[in-house]
Amino acid sequence: MSNPQQLRYSKEHEWLSAAEDGVATVGITEFAASSLGDVVYAQLPAVGDTVTAGESCGELESTKSVSDLYAPVTGEVVEANQDVVDDPSLVNSAPFEGGWLFKVKITDEPDELLSADEYTAFTAG
Amino acid sequence: MTDAPRRTALDALHRTLGATMTDFAGWDMPLRYGSERDEHVAVRTRAGLFDLSHMGEITLTGPQAGQALDFALVGNLSALAVGRARYTMICEAGGGILDDLIVYRLAEQEYMVVANASNAQVVLDALTERAAGFETEVRDDRENYALLAVQGPEAPGILKSLTDADLDGLKYYAGLPGTVAGVPALIARTGYTGEDGFELFVAPGDAERLWRALTDAGTDAGLVPCGLSCRDTLRLEAGMPLYGHELTTATTPFDAGLGRVVKFDKTTNDGDFTGREALTAAAERAATNPPRKLVGLIAEGRRVPRAGFSVVADGAVVGEVTSGAPSPTLGKPIAIAYVDAAHAAPGTKGVSVDIRGSHEPYEVVALPFYKRER
Repeated sequence: MSNPQQLRYSKEHEWLSAAEDGVATVGITEFAASSLGDVVYAQLPAVGDTVTAGESCGELESTKSVSDLYAPVTGEVVEANQDVVDDPSLVNSAPFEGGWLFKVKITDEPDELLSADEYTAFTAG
Repeated sequence: MTDAPRRTALDALHRTLGATMTDFAGWDMPLRYGSERDEHVAVRTRAGLFDLSHMGEITLTGPQAGQALDFALVGNLSALAVGRARYTMICEAGGGILDDLIVYRLAEQEYMVVANASNAQVVLDALTERAAGFETEVRDDRENYALLAVQGPEAPGILKSLTDADLDGLKYYAGLPGTVAGVPALIARTGYTGEDGFELFVAPGDAERLWRALTDAGTDAGLVPCGLSCRDTLRLEAGMPLYGHELTTATTPFDAGLGRVVKFDKTTNDGDFTGREALTAAAERAATNPPRKLVGLIAEGRRVPRAGFSVVADGAVVGEVTSGAPSPTLGKPIAIAYVDAAHAAPGTKGVSVDIRGSHEPYEVVALPFYKRER
């Protein structure tokens, strides 16, 4: 599995794009999607919600389990991916692309976000 | 028992195939190879190949093997014809279910009992103790068998290309010794998927050769390797109980709606068997005043009920989910649950499942959710 270099990563297996005008895109990594198995239901934060770094802001349900979705940064949700709500399997088939989950206007971000290489090493361990 | 997980004879092959492995009852077993949904659909429409070598085989031989099983189990195994198999249970003296089993009669004086991996030692110990007064030998055969299952509508055709055994003459719930791809095997027409299919008991040293032969023979028919994840959704759709979920020592066969497996009219041992008294009372209770019944639930929404979640109606808890998963065949989440008799009739309105605080509406249905066309 290769983790795109231009993204940053949380230890809860979310990825975060570079911010444009303060807005970044959030998804879960291929490692996380693969660990979950087939995702069948996605509850995403709603537009206008404030999410807090490290806290649960939704859930992803797979055949065998349900997992909390954590916010990698603090901010206001400006868009949720309706395509994923309609077809949660996008999270498995294109975790770094069409399977993105929400966009957030960042007000604060933690220091411990990982680079692609650091995240690759983290998941290898 | 050591803490290190046990590995089947096919372990290296699973890793080569890229399987996601999981701990299951102390065994390191394939959970899935790719998408569990695709594996599920393959079994329903084509064929799937499973490694089930974690199941526990126990052999009883001797002139009183049948009588010993009649005493130890709730079924009437001495009446089983040679070459046939039976679904049965082993219960505690108090009526609680120790395990559900499949028993094959291999010869006049030889039976093979197949226990769930998690209960194999418990069943072995109980059978050894209960058979002590009979002329029979109880043998732990767990190390002597690997078990492969080919399940799905294409399974008969795939197997026919590899064996001279009379598969057309082999009925559902029957087994015969034969040779598959040159490998000596007990060929059984059993499974846990709701589909037609076969379970092949072979020597562990032959398992990889047989797996490869089945894979080669089945590729054109769409056979894929399948893990335990899809086995669970397949059995759930087929309404088949799983030990530790629908069946526990706290439930009797009658509580689980499976009272038919208890045979009170045995002719051996003066009709006595372990649990007889308690099960007689359980049968009466189930007929006159059942506390809870096992039902199916189908979601109206998309959130998935899990084992242990409460079933609620009119603001009160009326039951508990024992198994739940998204059903690939129905396209909706489904569950099996124990529900108070007042809310257990198919079509009962106003039943919900408490999914992490949110009451999601569910339809009460009769089991199974899925039945194959014959």
